[in-house]
Amino acid sequence: MIALLRRDLVLAVRAGGGFGLGLAFFLILVALVAFGVGPGGALLARIAPGILWVGALLACLLSLDRIFALDREDGSLELLATAPLPMEGIVSVKALAHWITTGLPLVVAAPLLGLMLSLPGPGYPWLFLSLLIGTPALSVIGTFGAALTVGLKRGGLLLSLIVLPLYVPVLIFGAEVARRGAEGQALQTPLLLLAGITCGTLALLPFASAAVLRVNLR
Amino acid sequence: MSSLWEYANPKKFVETSQRVLPWVTVLSVACLVVGLVWGFFFTPEDYRQGATVKIIYLHVPSALVAINAWFMMLLASLIWLIRRHHVSALAARAAAPVGAVMTVIALATGAIWGQPMWGTWWVWDPRLTSFLILFLFYLGYIALWAAVEDGDTAADLTSILCIVGSVFAVLSRYAVFFWNQGLHQGASLSMDAEENVADVFYYPLLVCIAGFVLFFVALVLLRTQTEIRARRMRALMARERMG
Amino acid sequence: MDMRVTDLSIARGGVPLLEGVSFALVPGQALILRGPNGSGKTTLLRTLAGLQPALAGTLTFDSESVAYGAHADGLKAQMTVAENLTFWAAVHGGADIAPALAAFDLQALRDRLAGALSAGQKRRLGLARLMVTGRALWLLDEPTVSLDAGSVALFAAAVRRHLAGGGMAVIATHIDLGLPEAAVLDLGPLKAALPQADDFDGAFL
Repeated sequence: MIALLRRDLVLAVRAGGGFGLGLAFFLILVALVAFGVGPGGALLARIAPGILWVGALLACLLSLDRIFALDREDGSLELLATAPLPMEGIVSVKALAHWITTGLPLVVAAPLLGLMLSLPGPGYPWLFLSLLIGTPALSVIGTFGAALTVGLKRGGLLLSLIVLPLYVPVLIFGAEVARRGAEGQALQTPLLLLAGITCGTLALLPFASAAVLRVNLR
Repeated sequence: MSSLWEYANPKKFVETSQRVLPWVTVLSVACLVVGLVWGFFFTPEDYRQGATVKIIYLHVPSALVAINAWFMMLLASLIWLIRRHHVSALAARAAAPVGAVMTVIALATGAIWGQPMWGTWWVWDPRLTSFLILFLFYLGYIALWAAVEDGDTAADLTSILCIVGSVFAVLSRYAVFFWNQGLHQGASLSMDAEENVADVFYYPLLVCIAGFVLFFVALVLLRTQTEIRARRMRALMARERMG
Repeated sequence: MDMRVTDLSIARGGVPLLEGVSFALVPGQALILRGPNGSGKTTLLRTLAGLQPALAGTLTFDSESVAYGAHADGLKAQMTVAENLTFWAAVHGGADIAPALAAFDLQALRDRLAGALSAGQKRRLGLARLMVTGRALWLLDEPTVSLDAGSVALFAAAVRRHLAGGGMAVIATHIDLGLPEAAVLDLGPLKAALPQADDFDGAFL
């Protein structure tokens, strides 16, 4: 399993764009929002937590279809399925690799981009924390979507259509934590709910992902 | 006493549903006509909402069917995954577009009702938003069925999506309620609510709901028959190719 | 541990392909599968590998003892030959890759990126993967595609060593591998009959 994780990370670095691409997309998105709504600092500051969360979510979505598609094309997915690794383990490692290459850079970069959107001072730690807690759930849910659509020729659009509604609760609670943090309100409830959703998806969704992957490999 | 699972045989299902279908259709049309005419012309106007309240006879039944269609799909998906009855998977597939259309009707009538009441066509009210999310789930489910070529693979994948989707739909519902408390009035029908609709509105509403449910059943029976025949045709064509 | 397959029926995409497939292997034996294109060789191997369910029949061997060699080699173009092999060795419990490299004459290429290999070299690397899995039963699907005569001889030698070490192999191939001791199973006569009309209504395939 560690070998698989290491291989995926090596591939992400060598294939180029593994770490950088999602991050660049995130930056462009934030810039486009600023262009779109105008440079007024007050408005940007108010919508900054939401924009950053939606941006992180879309950047995450961008790289989902690569989780299994490449392995499927070169046959290594079939070979992994016959290897002594449980399918649930393969799926979890894939999700972890996706989070390290996509989610983690976004978490680290988000406060920096918050600066560009004039996010109020108290918001930074909460933005960082909410993304840190929430993005693993995004990766795990996305892995489920990727496993669901791995056999399809034009799976990309379908993947977005299936995964985005599943992202709704994470987005709501995550953005709520960031918003309340920025406005200095009490945020224990959404924070706990966000953490609960993340723990729940981490614990249960790999089983569903493994099941659909087995079906797709048939 | 024969087992319920006998109807999982496609042949038996088609035979039985063909016999039942005309009755269900006639009954549903009758209920709809009676309920709607009663509701629209023979009930008083609400003292606060005026005539606009009468859209309730479309809004509430369609919303009810929209949600319960998803429950029916969930049940059918579970039956497919556990007992591998093809008819069950095809019934889930057949119900999805009907449920999606019911969701659209509920959303549209909600908007039309909301305009005079709240002064706006759309508000990010938790109930409306939940329905929007439900609609997105329907779309994803239908699209996945359409995208996968092999019938059994598609049935397996959509069933698991339906189960996972149900969990996330419930989560979304609570998330949305947390996110915005909303303008929507409370449930129109429930066992324990104190603020229920008055009896004059209640009886025609029940008839309308019965009409919508029967209408849903009729459509699903018809569409399941179609799916069975389409499936059978593909199988025959595959047989032809094998020579 | 021997392998026994009894009355196996398999299907692809809902269409039955083969029925009544039965054979047995003891350690040290190999079986060659023959049959025209589309006769179900790949599907049979995938079923034996546990990737898809059988319609009927029994398999008496542990799916954890199978090393599957598919049409695709499962190589990553951005990793070197040694890295690719080390990865598969690590997944299967960390065998030494040196003997596998030697058996398929890949030592000189060990630091080359897999993407820069020729088709035949990739295939050799794909076959070398079987040796690092340490699994007893090799299931090979057209292993000699794009191999030259010399490489086929290397492959035959590797299979023979595997068998001598108590391994087993089921190989689908069209060409003569130079393994005269292997049993041959012709899949042609095992083609599944069309389902009866009545069953067909009941189960629709």
